[in-house]
Amino acid sequence: MKFHPVYLLLLVPFVALLWVPFYDRAEPSLMGIPFFYWYQMAWTLLGAACTWPVYRHEERARQKEAGK
Amino acid sequence: MSAHPIAIAIFLVLFVLVSCLGFVATRWRKADLHSVHEWGLGGRSFGTIITWFLLGGDLYTAYTFIAVPAAIFGTGAIGFFAVPFTILIYPILFLCFPRLWAVAHRHGYVTAADFVKGRFGSRTLSLAIALTGIAAIIPYVALQLVGMQVVFAGLGIPSTFAGIPNLPVIIAFAVLAAYTYSSGLRGTALTAVVKDLLIYATVLTAIVVIPAQLGGYGKVFGSIAPKMLVLPHGSDTSLGATFTYASLALGSALALFLYPHSLTGILSSSSSSAIRKNAILLPTYSLALALLALLGFMAIAAGIKAMPEYASGFGAFGNNFAIPALFLHMFPSWFVGLAFAAIAIGALVPASIMAIASGNLFTRNIYKAFIAPDCSPRQEARAAKLASLAVKLFALVFVLVFPTKAAIQLQLLGGVWICQTLPSVLLALYTRWFHPVGLLAGWAAGTVSGSVMAWQLGLASNVYPLHLFGLTIPCYAAVLALLLNLAVTVVVTLVMNAVSPNRTDETVPADYLA
Repeated sequence: MKFHPVYLLLLVPFVALLWVPFYDRAEPSLMGIPFFYWYQMAWTLLGAACTWPVYRHEERARQKEAGK
Repeated sequence: MSAHPIAIAIFLVLFVLVSCLGFVATRWRKADLHSVHEWGLGGRSFGTIITWFLLGGDLYTAYTFIAVPAAIFGTGAIGFFAVPFTILIYPILFLCFPRLWAVAHRHGYVTAADFVKGRFGSRTLSLAIALTGIAAIIPYVALQLVGMQVVFAGLGIPSTFAGIPNLPVIIAFAVLAAYTYSSGLRGTALTAVVKDLLIYATVLTAIVVIPAQLGGYGKVFGSIAPKMLVLPHGSDTSLGATFTYASLALGSALALFLYPHSLTGILSSSSSSAIRKNAILLPTYSLALALLALLGFMAIAAGIKAMPEYASGFGAFGNNFAIPALFLHMFPSWFVGLAFAAIAIGALVPASIMAIASGNLFTRNIYKAFIAPDCSPRQEARAAKLASLAVKLFALVFVLVFPTKAAIQLQLLGGVWICQTLPSVLLALYTRWFHPVGLLAGWAAGTVSGSVMAWQLGLASNVYPLHLFGLTIPCYAAVLALLLNLAVTVVVTLVMNAVSPNRTDETVPADYLA
């Protein structure tokens, strides 16, 4: 698979979750859950959302390959 | 502790039903189970959905579901690192493992060590990878049995029956061993489906009912000491707990798919596309894990530690008893039976895959590579089955003979060890520049240094405070060991490539695409 900028999306969760001081705080809380927790919980789904476009890209590339 | 008859009855019914399913599985997608590919990889036939259940049941073990909330219960925010850890595994799964699946499919590799042998033509390096895998996985199996012991204690099942100590866990072990032996990965996959449905039912109920009974999430978190809820920031002299948190998440994420049981789950899928899809679908388990982790705080808010009826459980299992105690405190007996069955069956699934994976490693990379090179496929499968039995037996004896602490400590070491196979397996998917002697030297340097660090910490922690230029860097030992491993690998490779370059490689670039 050749490089395509869409692959950079796979790095986003690493930046979002490994830069801990950014989210290491209690406020703003959501429904009583401190920021530290709901932020990371949100990334379980956001992480998958980052992978989705990469998946689509690879599927398209594969179809093109097969169509040749 | 008093027995809970209704809970025990529900528990037993579910446990027996699922065990039967494990045996029936021999007939599912019927094939000749006298081959390693069929017994040990389910014929590489599992589609997206079965792979989802299988990997979900495999990666999120019963012990995880007990230990992660327990860590939160005991130490607060730092225990939550399991959540970023289980998020970061998926970009790695998506990017790297379809390549491994493809090359394994092309060449019939069953284990990571098979791939390493094909890629570098080195039996010694392959043996090192196989031994690391087996050594890392035995304490992991042992912890699953510990998870079962916790549940049995929670149900009030006496640990000694008819004068035989530890009879319940021995029976559970026998069930596990028998169905793994007879149906292999098929049995595990079917039980995984039931286990996951039970786990999801339990989690969803728990996260709605328990906070409601405790007066809502706001009240739960309000009753926790604010210091426990966040990590202390670093200072001028130390990078602090926030760095530790990141290093634990990253190091664990890098290591997870190098574990033999993860790889077995991946290689059993029918296409690389099933793996890619699962990299998007599996994070639902991480969300479930995060919600379960919060139960640790709810256990604090409910004040279960001070309740005399749970004192003996905490005495025997420490904080690992927090979640069983919370469930006993909050739920009616029948639901406790269901939840505990979910946990116990949740222990069977990964324990079974782990045993199968180590059986595969033994038969492929030790038995066939060194002992009986000309063995028939039938003998090969037999050796795998017997080895998986031996691994389980070893884990059982370990749990019965040594204190629980020993299994936890060894599992901690196992995480450090398995991380050291990263250059030989993961990086080798992209380049064969590395020289096998370099990889072996790096592996040895990483394994020894990692073990020494863990030893210096009294095996009580895996966070090593590295002192560098007046700065303290509290880092996950596996990451530090891996850095040393990489440095040694590169230096020795440079030397070896100049002296005697290695040209053995049975794979070609096209093998990695699928």
